[in-house]
Amino acid sequence: MNSISNILNQQSVLGLFSTEDSAADALDALSEAGFEPKEYEVLTGTPYPDGTFGEEEPKHKLFRFPLIGAACGFIVGLGLTTATQLAYPVVTGGKPILSIPAMLIIMYEGTMLGAILMTVAGIVFESRLPRLFMGAYSPKITEGLIGVAVTSAPEKMQKAKEVLKKCGAEEITSGQDTSE
Amino acid sequence: MQEHTQLTQKQINDDLLHSVFTVPRWWPGSTLILLLIFIAGACAFGYMINKGIGVTGLNRPAYWGVYIVNFVFWIGISHAGIMVSAILRLTQAEWRRPITRAAEVLTVFSLTSALMAAPLTHVGRQWRVLYWVFPYDFARGIWPNVRSPFVWDPSAVMTYLIASTLFVLICLVPDLAIIRDRSKGLRKKIYSVLCLGWRGTPRQWKLQTVAGILLSALVLPVFASVHSIVSWDFAVQIGPEAWHSTIFAPYFIIGAIHSGVSAVATLMVVMVWAWGYKKYITPDHLDAIGRLLIVVAVTWFFFFFLEWIYALYTLEFGELAMRELQIFSWPYGALFILFLFTAFLIPVPLWLFKKVRRSYLWMFITTILVNIGMWLERFLIIVPGVIRRGELMFNWGTYHPSIIEILMVLATFGWMMFGLLVFSKFFPLIPVFDVKEGMVGRDEIKIGRRTVPASIRE
Repeated sequence: MNSISNILNQQSVLGLFSTEDSAADALDALSEAGFEPKEYEVLTGTPYPDGTFGEEEPKHKLFRFPLIGAACGFIVGLGLTTATQLAYPVVTGGKPILSIPAMLIIMYEGTMLGAILMTVAGIVFESRLPRLFMGAYSPKITEGLIGVAVTSAPEKMQKAKEVLKKCGAEEITSGQDTSE
Repeated sequence: MQEHTQLTQKQINDDLLHSVFTVPRWWPGSTLILLLIFIAGACAFGYMINKGIGVTGLNRPAYWGVYIVNFVFWIGISHAGIMVSAILRLTQAEWRRPITRAAEVLTVFSLTSALMAAPLTHVGRQWRVLYWVFPYDFARGIWPNVRSPFVWDPSAVMTYLIASTLFVLICLVPDLAIIRDRSKGLRKKIYSVLCLGWRGTPRQWKLQTVAGILLSALVLPVFASVHSIVSWDFAVQIGPEAWHSTIFAPYFIIGAIHSGVSAVATLMVVMVWAWGYKKYITPDHLDAIGRLLIVVAVTWFFFFFLEWIYALYTLEFGELAMRELQIFSWPYGALFILFLFTAFLIPVPLWLFKKVRRSYLWMFITTILVNIGMWLERFLIIVPGVIRRGELMFNWGTYHPSIIEILMVLATFGWMMFGLLVFSKFFPLIPVFDVKEGMVGRDEIKIGRRTVPASIRE
């Protein structure tokens, strides 16, 4: 209960930087100032190579999703083709009711469809989307500035602002900023 | 890539989102004309539903006509997105960046055109289509016949359509966030919902990058299966002997790639002319796709040659009857010559010249020619195939598409282009974040006395 109220009481502050180096310096400074890595994050308008800002490489389990989806799709494909042929058993040319080559085609498509659907679900889930509350954010990030957002307890906000300012933040905002 | 123009993120946003925030002068008129073409086709379709399939030129033995030709053609065009987007993404080809989105969107709309061309128009009694495909008619106990290619087809095409649509949507999310950030009022609210609260954290970017590669790898096997299955519509049926060919699946796939990549090249030129993306789609990009087209076209021609060799070598009556129609009968002989010249003999020798590959006009003309040729190729496989005279055949005839069929064929073209134009009004046709990523990793390096552009990636 205590940890939930801590999360709800958290505030955020955003510093905007114009260069990759100054944003990386800000992350180092936040770490030295005693902020945990989970308390700050970099926001950019374009992908950068992992670790550009000295941040930890994000870990994910996306590759499990297509495997689970493929298994489900295969089972559905197998069930569907078997059940429909057994439910309407037409003997063609004295051949067995279950036509395996034809079933393989539907099962293949089912497997791939399952894998793709689960992959998309996995991408959304692992990206932590949809995100209902934006927290500290600025539209200037998608215009080229690099944001360093700090989300922590209210008493640490002043310290975070000082660190961001010291590292050369061009602009510092609290909470969500929707200004142009 | 020999050209190097360093642009800021703001400049890229301004250029590539211009079509979303403003209405080009040509856009309303063009969209309206395309919509009218589509409506004309829809009216023709309504007339056919009311009067029956007798209003088409289909008859005995010409049971397949331009609807099926159009279906195969659009499935072929749909291979554009995957060929260009997935393969180039997997191989990390830098020149893919400005063209992946347009290629993927072309895939989606051409697949919907394909669905319009066959299941909606050709089958005659459209209200029965659903229970031929989906197992839901519990009351009457009628189930899809999974042994029929007409069940394989929808399962493959629908899988491909769902996969391609999701591919487009997932890769669109970061760009929707840019539009959100530049919008106000209701538009901002709509794009805020559409972009799912995207912020651009390292985790989100990592997943976006992995998603592109993973989805490409997953869509590729579907891509191979779709046109294989379309070819099996022909190869496994009892009718025309000339269609019983084991080479049909790879031959159809490579033909689809030939036609699809050409369509992407055409679209690239149209994007430069209509939206002014000259900074992003440069002669270097056309040069690269031109080289790719040479390889694809030569491979396709090799398969075409093999198909003919195998057909003639057996000296079987059914095969010869169709080949004779294709070459010596009017109008098929003339169409065959036109097909050979437009699909291969004119464009490929021209593409050998660097000046042609780097020219917007020449690439537009040659790639349009390819698709005229590839449409004719499908026509020449299908129509002479069904109307050939076989042994002990009691009926034969010829086939002329009716005005109803022609209107519906035109409607599929109108629909595809209408879809692209409407898409371009709400979403960027060039992936903004992908272009920006390319800019981050670009620089000029000095080698000896020369300074050359370079791309750096992990």
